[in-house]
This record gives sequence, structure tokens and C-alpha cells, in this order.
Amino acid sequence: MSHYVPSRDLIARVAAGETAATARLITRAEKGLPEARDALAEIYKRAGRAHVVGITGVPGSGKSTLVAVLAGKLRTRGVKVAIVAIDPSSPYSGGAILGDRVRMTELATDPGVYIRSMATHGVVGGMARAALDVVDILDVAGFPIVILETVGVGQDEVDIARASHTTIVVSAPGLGDYIQAIKAGILEIADIHVVSKCDRSDANFTLRDLKASLMPSPASGPSPWIPPIIGTSAVKHEGFDELIEAIDRHRAVAFDPDAGNDRRRHIAGFRLLKTAENLLLDRFAASVDNRAAPLIALLARREADPYSLATELLEPTNAEDKSR
Amino acid sequence: MTQPIRILLAKVGLDGHDRGIKVVARALRDAGMDVIYTGLHRTPEEVVTAAVQEDVDILGVSLLSGVQMTVFPKILKLLANQGAGDMIVVAGGVMPDEDVAALKAMGVAEVMLQETPPQAIIDTLKRLVVERGPR
Ligand SMILES: Nc1nc2c(ncn2[C@@H]2O[C@H](COP(=O)(O)OP(=O)(O)O)[C@@H](O)[C@H]2O)c(=O)[nH]1
Ligand SMILES: [Mg+2]
Repeated sequence: MSHYVPSRDLIARVAAGETAATARLITRAEKGLPEARDALAEIYKRAGRAHVVGITGVPGSGKSTLVAVLAGKLRTRGVKVAIVAIDPSSPYSGGAILGDRVRMTELATDPGVYIRSMATHGVVGGMARAALDVVDILDVAGFPIVILETVGVGQDEVDIARASHTTIVVSAPGLGDYIQAIKAGILEIADIHVVSKCDRSDANFTLRDLKASLMPSPASGPSPWIPPIIGTSAVKHEGFDELIEAIDRHRAVAFDPDAGNDRRRHIAGFRLLKTAENLLLDRFAASVDNRAAPLIALLARREADPYSLATELLEPTNAEDKSR
Repeated sequence: MTQPIRILLAKVGLDGHDRGIKVVARALRDAGMDVIYTGLHRTPEEVVTAAVQEDVDILGVSLLSGVQMTVFPKILKLLANQGAGDMIVVAGGVMPDEDVAALKAMGVAEVMLQETPPQAIIDTLKRLVVERGPR
């Protein structure tokens, strides 16, 4: 019914800042459509200016609320802001309820703000691949800062936060999430620590515990970045000037031709490997379809072991030779 | 792997509870859809901006306050102005038959009255997306 606009034709409209075109190309990037691939290649070449800020922390730690206030403050300084909020899908149905926008209603009709909700199962060809393609599209659409909100549990989400120029880890009082964060290993990926909800009296404990746990860290490299700890209250709008100052300072480091080099290489390497990994999985899934059935039958009858059969599955030529 | 249907559910108007729309949201999620929920008391401008940014397949607007004949023309016009005239718009709530007919005539794809069972809603939404074709 509706006519299909080729992805290539969307690029100029994205670059002109047209919201509907930007949103549509993002949809196609999420779907991993082969048709969109060369458009995304062009987007990649044009991108590279936006500062990508990952915000992670356990559910309920106040990330969305923080992002809304942070974006509002950036808007008063005249900066356009894009926000990508990633939430887990239900493992049972594959569907998701994405409610982060409810916390961001004050930004609802500001044309200088773009908000996109993504579900982890809502993408094809890997979450990290999709998220970073989406970031590039928003970069080309003219957003100098792209904020990626991810839930700080699950390897994929943590990886995405790490693939940002600046990673902010949010801890909050009253969730016991300080312990959880350590367990999930996310505290050590922080460039900036935020303790949210500092209007609550028990936030002092969270601040104290965090400081204690981060204390002795041997200096590494010539000019080591020491992650600051910043207390914020989204309710009282406190701590946000300090937070923006820290984000700006870290941006300068991340974009510095020398100091930021390692980080940029790390991000590029991560992206290359993730993309290759997803390509491999796709090809494997496509090639394996018919050949797996007889091997599965052997395995179910316990006539061969899983390791041998998996090896055979991966080396079809050898297996064919043998069967001759 | 097929792509989940993306739908934005919004409640427009002054009536104050969201039990019904949350029940629908969960049913749609359990049917494998991605449901973007935007909360209560939204204006047509907010709903349309969100739907365009999210590039949803379907915009579902529920209202109980009898403002449908002003809200939907506004939403359809705003969508067209923002380059998203092809978005599927469905209405939910309570309204007289002549309003249902009028809304459909102006471009609302389907009207689901308050007693519509979840499975019927799911089937309708899936059908509308299939009929629309790829985008
Ligand atoms: N007291 C207080 N509560 C907050 C603050 N920020 C967020 N919250 C509350 O924390 C809960 C979770 O917030 P949300 O932003 O959705 O967290 P997310 O899951 O990390 O995105 C909500 O009930 C918020 O109202 C704050 O600065 N102070
Ligand atoms: Mg959130």
C-alpha cells in the first residue's frame, strides 16, 4: 500500500535534519535490512562528530529521569540532544513495554530533542551493531550529543555503554545496587560516576561506599583520567552543572587526537568484531539449516558426542570428504 | 526472524486512569509487540511528535472523554505535516456509532471500542500492518 522510499534517498533528508526520514532510516538500521546497508555505509563516512555518552545502571537507579534533566539543561545552553533508550525484551514473548519516555515528558515537543526507544529483541543482527548505526544516523542528523541509556545488566548492554566516548555509571541509594554493580562489573567501566537521588538522606551511604571502593587505583598511562563521583538530584535539579562540566572535560579527552586515540581504536575494534560476529552468525544460521538435522538425530540417539558433531557441522567439506 | 510490530499507546484527554491501557499494553507485549507507552494526559502534539520520532507502525490513541471528533482530525493533520501521513492510526475508547463512521472516513484505520477483547485487538493490529506492506 504505502510506497517504499529507498534508504539512499533518505540520506539527504537525514542530513537536513528531517525527523521522519531520520526515524525511518533508524528503523531500517534496527531491522538490519540489506537494502539499507549502502546507505548506512555512506552515513558512517559522514558521521564522527557527535559525542556519544553512555548512561548505565540497574533498573530503577534513576537513569531516565537523570537523562531528562540533563537534556533539559543542555537545551538551555542551546545544544540539540538525541536520546536512545534501550530496554530488555521479554524473554517469553520477545515483546517489550518501553516506558522511558514517561520520565521525559518535559522534552516532549522540543524540536531540538529526539528520543528513540529500542528493545533488545527488536533488532536484527546484533544489539551493539544496531545501536551504533543508530548513533551515526543521529550524528549525521545534526545532534552533537547522543545519549545512550542502557540497563546495566547483561553483557550486551554493558558493551554498548563501553562503546561510548564517555560512560556514566549511575548508582542510587536504597536499591542495594552498589553491590550489584560491583558484581556485574560495571563500576570499573565508568568515566564518570553519578550517585542519583541525593535528595534522599541515605544517599550519603551510597556516596561513601562508592568512594571507599574506588580509592586505590594505580595510575595508568601518561595523563590518567580519574573518574569523578558526582551526586545529583533530579528532583531538586542539583549536581547537573557539575555533571555537564565533567562530561565536557571528558569529551575533550576522548576527542583529543592523542589522548583519545586508544578509546577510539577500542570502539572501532569492538564495532568491527561485533559486526563480523553477527555476519558469521547469520551465514552460519543460513548454511546450517539442512545439514543439522541428521547430526541432531545422531546426537539424540547418543551415537556421537556433541563436540565431534559440532566440529563436523563447522567443517562441512571434511564431513563430505569422509562420507564419500 | 520476523520483526516485532512497534506500537505507541497514548492516552489523550483529562480522564485520570490508565488501567485499561496498561492491560492492553501487556497483552500486546505478550503477543510479541514492542509497546511504547507515553503516560496519561498527553496532547495531540506530544503524541504525534513521539510517534514520528519512534517511527511506530501503529499509533493507538485511547480516550474516554468524548473529545474524539476534535482530537483525531488534529492528530491526522499533524502526522501529515510531519511527513508521517502513512502511519496507521487506531482509536480506542467509548464513542457513538456515527463518530466511528466519521473517524474511519477521515483516515483512522480502525476503532476499537472499550469492550473489544485483547485477542481481537491483536488480530486487527497484525492485519493492518500486513495490509500496509513493507516500509
Ligand atoms: N527521590 C528521587 N527519586 C528519583 C530521582 N530520580 C529518579 N527518581 C525515581 O526513581 C525511580 C526510577 O527512575 P527511572 O528514571 O525510571 O530509573 P531507570 O530505570 O534507571 O531509568 C522513579 O520512581 C523516579 O521517580 C531523584 O533525583 N530523587
Ligand atoms: Mg529508564
